[in-house]
Amino acid sequence: MARKIMFKEAINEAIRLEMERDETVILMGLDVAGSAGTGQERDSWGGVLGVTKGLYHQFPERVFDAPISESSYIGAAVGASACGMRAIGELMFADFLGVCFDQLYNQAAKFRYMFGGKAVTPVTIRTIIGAGFCAAAQHSQSPYSIFTHVPGLKCIVPSNAYDAKGLLATAIQDDDPCIFFEHKALYTTKGDVPEEHYRIPLGKANILQEGKDVTIVALGLMVSVATKAAKQLEKDGISCTIIDPRTTSPLDQDAIFSSVKKTGRLVVVDEDSSRCGFAADIVAMTAQEVFSSLKAAPQMVTPPFVPVPFARNLETAYLPSAAKVEAAVRQTME
Amino acid sequence: MSGQMSKEALLKAYRKMRQIREFEERIHSEFATGEIPGFVHLYAGEEAVAVGFCEHLSNKDRISSTHRGHGHCIAKGVDLMGMMAEIYGRKTGTCGGKGGSMHIADLDVGMLGANGIVGAGPPLACGAGLASKLRKDGSVSVVFFGDGAANQGTNFESMNLAVTWDLPVIFVLENNGYAESTSPKYTARVGTENISDRARGFGMPAITVDGNDFFAVYEAAGEAIERARKGGGPSFVECKTLRYYGHFEGDAQTYRPKGEVKDARANNDPLKRFAAAVVAADLIDSVELEKIDKEVRAQVDSAVTAAKAAPDPDPESLFTDVYVSY
Ligand SMILES: Cc1ncc(C[n+]2csc(CCOP(=O)(O)OP(=O)(O)O)c2C)c(N)n1
Ligand SMILES: [Mg+2]
Repeated sequence: MARKIMFKEAINEAIRLEMERDETVILMGLDVAGSAGTGQERDSWGGVLGVTKGLYHQFPERVFDAPISESSYIGAAVGASACGMRAIGELMFADFLGVCFDQLYNQAAKFRYMFGGKAVTPVTIRTIIGAGFCAAAQHSQSPYSIFTHVPGLKCIVPSNAYDAKGLLATAIQDDDPCIFFEHKALYTTKGDVPEEHYRIPLGKANILQEGKDVTIVALGLMVSVATKAAKQLEKDGISCTIIDPRTTSPLDQDAIFSSVKKTGRLVVVDEDSSRCGFAADIVAMTAQEVFSSLKAAPQMVTPPFVPVPFARNLETAYLPSAAKVEAAVRQTME
Repeated sequence: MSGQMSKEALLKAYRKMRQIREFEERIHSEFATGEIPGFVHLYAGEEAVAVGFCEHLSNKDRISSTHRGHGHCIAKGVDLMGMMAEIYGRKTGTCGGKGGSMHIADLDVGMLGANGIVGAGPPLACGAGLASKLRKDGSVSVVFFGDGAANQGTNFESMNLAVTWDLPVIFVLENNGYAESTSPKYTARVGTENISDRARGFGMPAITVDGNDFFAVYEAAGEAIERARKGGGPSFVECKTLRYYGHFEGDAQTYRPKGEVKDARANNDPLKRFAAAVVAADLIDSVELEKIDKEVRAQVDSAVTAAKAAPDPDPESLFTDVYVSY
């Protein structure tokens, strides 16, 4: 039965259900329980934003508070997963990827290929992304494109509570290394989520609405930005298809290409850096594959090519907005 | 106790500690009003560590800091008005409103920046130390980092690099008993009491001092810095202390024993202990300290007033200073 729960509760539920069903699922990260060893309330944090709260009490043997040693514990999640466990490693903020990147980039991603298909590394790394909280340049990035760039890693960027639960369940049981990007602005957003276990396949886009004029591709928090813009455009008689690919790798190219074949226009909304990123990737492959269907130059709505600024007015100017998406769509209609 | 400190030096150190305390207490109350954006981590309770070290340093010496960086900034001489404006995200801020609480830096006074990445400081301090060594100007670098950061690989690697290259770097561990909600007791086996035990293994002098005793810190800092200036290489000084507020503003702190902070404020406060010591030794009259308290309160007050009244950064500044040239 479905009921309304928050995005972060959906994530918690997905982990709990997988841990109940599968004893090889383990969870590790900074403060994922919290305060272990201080003699005070255990599980006082449940992760920095409370997402894993309660799991320690249910699975005390399988939930590990880690030292601040990301290279080591994210690497251990990879190693354990190559040895029969299904580890979920929480990298508190995706901005900290620099500390542990080798374990994902050169290790998890490449084992299977380098070892001639003999390795299976079903690790899942959960990590927080996103700007909008004045958390400045080292706590606000959305670097999913960096991971998407790496063959061997699967990248998941959920946009709502229902998808978060179903995609995370799939990621945990998937036999390849998966990176799961959780936008901090989505954590408290609510959606209809079934109580029971379910899965959403990786590489299958969600088409939120179908329109005839323009195809908008958006990920994560940007889906709601695109939806807002589309509502406004509708009033002026411009009808949009909105595609949420849900995963950047694998990518549901067919959904995008077949939509662009119908609309002839493409706008991609992306919170990651504008260079060599997700938006550029979608535009490039669309231009290559369905060029003859295009009626206008594809548009990318991304932040400018700068780090995330601190001050509120600068951060607002930095982020893609419904107004910017609207303007980009109108440009394709000119 | 304060054998080598003149009265002026004592008053200056006290003023710095008071500035940090007043600054942080004020931010704590202003944060509650919702006007301060972003994540803020307060240094109140740990003042003697930053000041005990920085009183030995000049602008030529470098420090690297942490997410809990306001105290290090003030101790190193970063302008308090600019800091407050930065924390409010204003154009007049130290970094033009582009960095915020976690990234205040002022290279002119040797402050290499607060830092959002735990464990990022030690390698940077090694680089600063290497530059000092090559310049042969007798300058040193000091890296402040926490008990949580002590577990980061960068820190172990940096200790090894510093001894291998004989760098004038002082590793200052601020052991406040918590890394967010997690105790260092639970995240290590060597160094659950004294983390300096680990540093010794790298082949550098390493000690643990009472970080709430300004004079103990000052003395240990003096020795380590002097050694580094003379080419004696790196040292490690662990300072046991306590933070008075949550990990960040808004932290409910359910992991803390009840009364821990109240007790520390009453019985182990670094400013109170400093004041009691200098007054008892007849070095300073308490009236002089009270005068400083008053002046500092007014200074912080005007910093807040100015910050609130200051303009937002210019919209064009979003695009500037990504590169020197491009
Ligand atoms: C690489 C990295 N990992 C995790 C974090 C999140 N984080 C910020 S502060 C902190 C705890 C640091 O504890 P400690 O070093 O003891 O410093 P304290 O906060 O006690 O001053 C953590 C885990 C981070 N900012 N960077
Ligand atoms: Mg600490």
